[in-house]
Amino acid sequence: MTELRQRTVREEAPPEDKELESEAKIDGETASDSESRAEAAPPPAPIDDTPEVLNRALSNLSSRWKNWWVRGILTLAMIAFFFIIIYLGPMVLMMIVMCVQIKCFHEIITIGYNVYHSYDLPWFRTLSWYFLLCVNYFFYGETVTDYFFTLVQREEPLRILSKYHRFISFTLYLTGFCMFVLSLVKKHYRLQFYMFGWTHVTLLIVVTQSHLVIHNLFEGMIWFIVPISCVICNDIMAYMFGFFFGRTPLIKLSPKKTWEGFIGGFFATVVFGLLLSYVMSGYRCFVCPVEYNNDTNSFTVDCEPSDLFRLQEYNIPGVLQSIVGWKTVRMYPFQIHSIALSTFASLIGPFGGFFASGFKRAFKIKDFANTIPGHGGIMDRFDCQYLMATFVNVYIASFIRGPNPSKLIQQFLTLRPDQQLHIFNTLKTHLTDKGILTSALEDE
Amino acid sequence: MLELRHRGGCPGPGGAGTPPPREGEAAGGDHETESTSDKETDIDDRYGDLDARGDSDVPEIPPSSDRTPEILKKALSGLSSRWKNWWIRGILTLTMISLFFLIIYMGSFMLMLLVLGIQVKCFHEIITIGYRVYHSYDLPWFRTLSWYFLLCVNYFFYGETVADYFATFVQREEQLQFLIRYHRFISFALYLAGFCMFVLSLVKKHYRLQFYMFAWTHVTLLITVTQSHLVIQNLFEGMIWFLVPISSVICNDITAYLFGFFFGRTPLIKLSPKKTWEGFIGGFFSTVIFGFIAAYVLSKHQYFVCPVEYRSDVNSFVTECEPSELFRLQSYSLPPFLKAVLRRETVSLYPFQIHSIALSTFASLIGPFGGFFASGFKRAFKIKDFANTIPGHGGIMDRFDCQYLMATFVHVYITSFIRGPNPSKVLQQLLVLQPEQQLNIYRTLKTHLIEKGILQPTLKA
Repeated sequence: MTELRQRTVREEAPPEDKELESEAKIDGETASDSESRAEAAPPPAPIDDTPEVLNRALSNLSSRWKNWWVRGILTLAMIAFFFIIIYLGPMVLMMIVMCVQIKCFHEIITIGYNVYHSYDLPWFRTLSWYFLLCVNYFFYGETVTDYFFTLVQREEPLRILSKYHRFISFTLYLTGFCMFVLSLVKKHYRLQFYMFGWTHVTLLIVVTQSHLVIHNLFEGMIWFIVPISCVICNDIMAYMFGFFFGRTPLIKLSPKKTWEGFIGGFFATVVFGLLLSYVMSGYRCFVCPVEYNNDTNSFTVDCEPSDLFRLQEYNIPGVLQSIVGWKTVRMYPFQIHSIALSTFASLIGPFGGFFASGFKRAFKIKDFANTIPGHGGIMDRFDCQYLMATFVNVYIASFIRGPNPSKLIQQFLTLRPDQQLHIFNTLKTHLTDKGILTSALEDE
Repeated sequence: MLELRHRGGCPGPGGAGTPPPREGEAAGGDHETESTSDKETDIDDRYGDLDARGDSDVPEIPPSSDRTPEILKKALSGLSSRWKNWWIRGILTLTMISLFFLIIYMGSFMLMLLVLGIQVKCFHEIITIGYRVYHSYDLPWFRTLSWYFLLCVNYFFYGETVADYFATFVQREEQLQFLIRYHRFISFALYLAGFCMFVLSLVKKHYRLQFYMFAWTHVTLLITVTQSHLVIQNLFEGMIWFLVPISSVICNDITAYLFGFFFGRTPLIKLSPKKTWEGFIGGFFSTVIFGFIAAYVLSKHQYFVCPVEYRSDVNSFVTECEPSELFRLQSYSLPPFLKAVLRRETVSLYPFQIHSIALSTFASLIGPFGGFFASGFKRAFKIKDFANTIPGHGGIMDRFDCQYLMATFVHVYITSFIRGPNPSKVLQQLLVLQPEQQLNIYRTLKTHLIEKGILQPTLKA
């Protein structure tokens, strides 16, 4: 969600200083800031990454329209890429999520280096990547191995790794921590602590989100696709509505956002979410939880769709009956949930974008990086997704499914016999109290 | 783990006022030559560039006043300032240790409250340092937001972990059931409200400061709140898992200091010049022996050894159980070289004592890194102590900096080597499932238990 005005400024004023100055003037800050900023090593000036092909094709248009076209084409390219990956399957999706995570981490850490001029700090680059590795190892071990349980139990080295997983991860992290302490250099204490803090906050943001995304993916690809598409749709729709009808500014932090865009985007996203979930709920490959099949050694998505994904009749409330002219409507229950997801994407998702805008203003950067021509870095595209992944995961855990029964049985089997007996008896009492277990059933 | 040299030079009463820069790097020749412009009028940049400036350019936080009680001052007025300081530290150490014993006597619930109290105070100390570093005490909203985030994270953790132990209590109350079932959602909604308030509170000239304080708050929460919850989880495992690690760290502190005082010669690390290799190694061996003995003494009593349980009939915590194998004396045959030394074939030990060696080793070898981390932090931000709560010792955080890693280690150790998953949590999750799923699981469990012979088929338990 980069502000359009920055884009146009960039097109019309290539030199870095001039651009910062104009931005500084917009913010009402004094010119001396940009001077001091330019004195110290400036971040690399944004290189125009637009491929030559596009440059030539659009060379006749005015720079504003050219920029619009570049953004549009790249948007379509990214969406097409998204579809291709969905087609390729869950394994490829997971790898893409992993790559996006690494790239986002890299972008944010590079900003930290630039802010603190700490690129030459001893050890620090190594340590940051090492911590990324440790935290990823920990999360993958905690969560993903549940899904590969049978595979893990078969292979002896994997079984040991899984049994002592927390201990091994903690040891790895501790090594990094001790290296950090030993690497503290007299004149750079503060810088080093800042980079340490910066790394940890970045890990907290980037790695946890990406793991929640993968969790959601395992629930069923629809839980991955619908939220992400809703956020993208909200982005695009809010921009369109703002472009055509925008009048009242929304928040000082992002002057280009308008209330008309916000509200129009909200309604459009809800409608889009409803339609998309209707289309996707029909297909097993989207709806079924991803499972690892031990025999074929690959991921399969094959199951009996759960209640959520079976068409049901709903009575339309009286008020809508007269409008629509139907008594009942056939919907998937998932579509009701999609309304909740779209609402979150449109109302709270933008706060992730405002947060990123505030961050960019605080550190006087225009974009996180320059990976995607016309759009900025990967982080720029994913800043609104930030909160969405956590919300979907929390939503699923709270409202859709409870704990995983097979996992519970596994945990039960590792307990001591007296603990097992205690739990069994408590469960029995509970079931009998609730009337679920009758003496007739008991005798089976 | 304070450096003694600071204390020694401190004038007794009225310690306020700018002390001469005592840290080596602040004196004379170590100034950074980075040129920083003081022309900025933007608050963001003035304090934002604080980061890029060298350590020595940063003004020191004004030291806090001397809080030694009047009584002590009068009693010790005759002694020289160095010995007076030594006495104050000694008396306060003994006071803290007695307080510790008193609270152990009062039981697990008081211990939990104490841990919570310490957590809140540590959080407060670190956040206050952040305010002073960034001169951001007047930032709109920020104090409220920091405390709000502390509340949210505590609510989340307490709901995830401690509620499992109160399963029977929770089953009875309908509202609590609702809170538990939707716990994650409620915690997330609360956190999100704080996040949105933060975004809405961003003020034009203070963006960078506000982001710094936001990050500072989160890192502090990560450090203090997670550690304190792991401490409480260890406590529920059995008070011995709480007492032995903490005493090992304290013992290591004290014995390393004593060994260093009497035999210290070779400096250990540049970061803390007063630490010596002799102190480090002497402390290591004494801590292992201390841990060994403390484990032996504590393993005998059910009060320390049993997992803490909440009994709904009595409405309090009880520690009564059949001690597990860890806490039953077993005979170990000694390896040959020890046989010759001790002239015995076997020795009766509690298995827990073997584990205590691992705990003490960690406390002596890795625990000090937590202390070095805190020393580095204090030097980076030019503060002498985290706060001035305890006369002669500094703030609460100063006492607990070595414990930092210990709690996590003990928790990881327990989950990896001692016990499997938490039975109360398994039970809790079982009760949340759908009835058909519960019935299925019930049947599976029954079959399994009968197979294993744990449950007699004819016996209706």
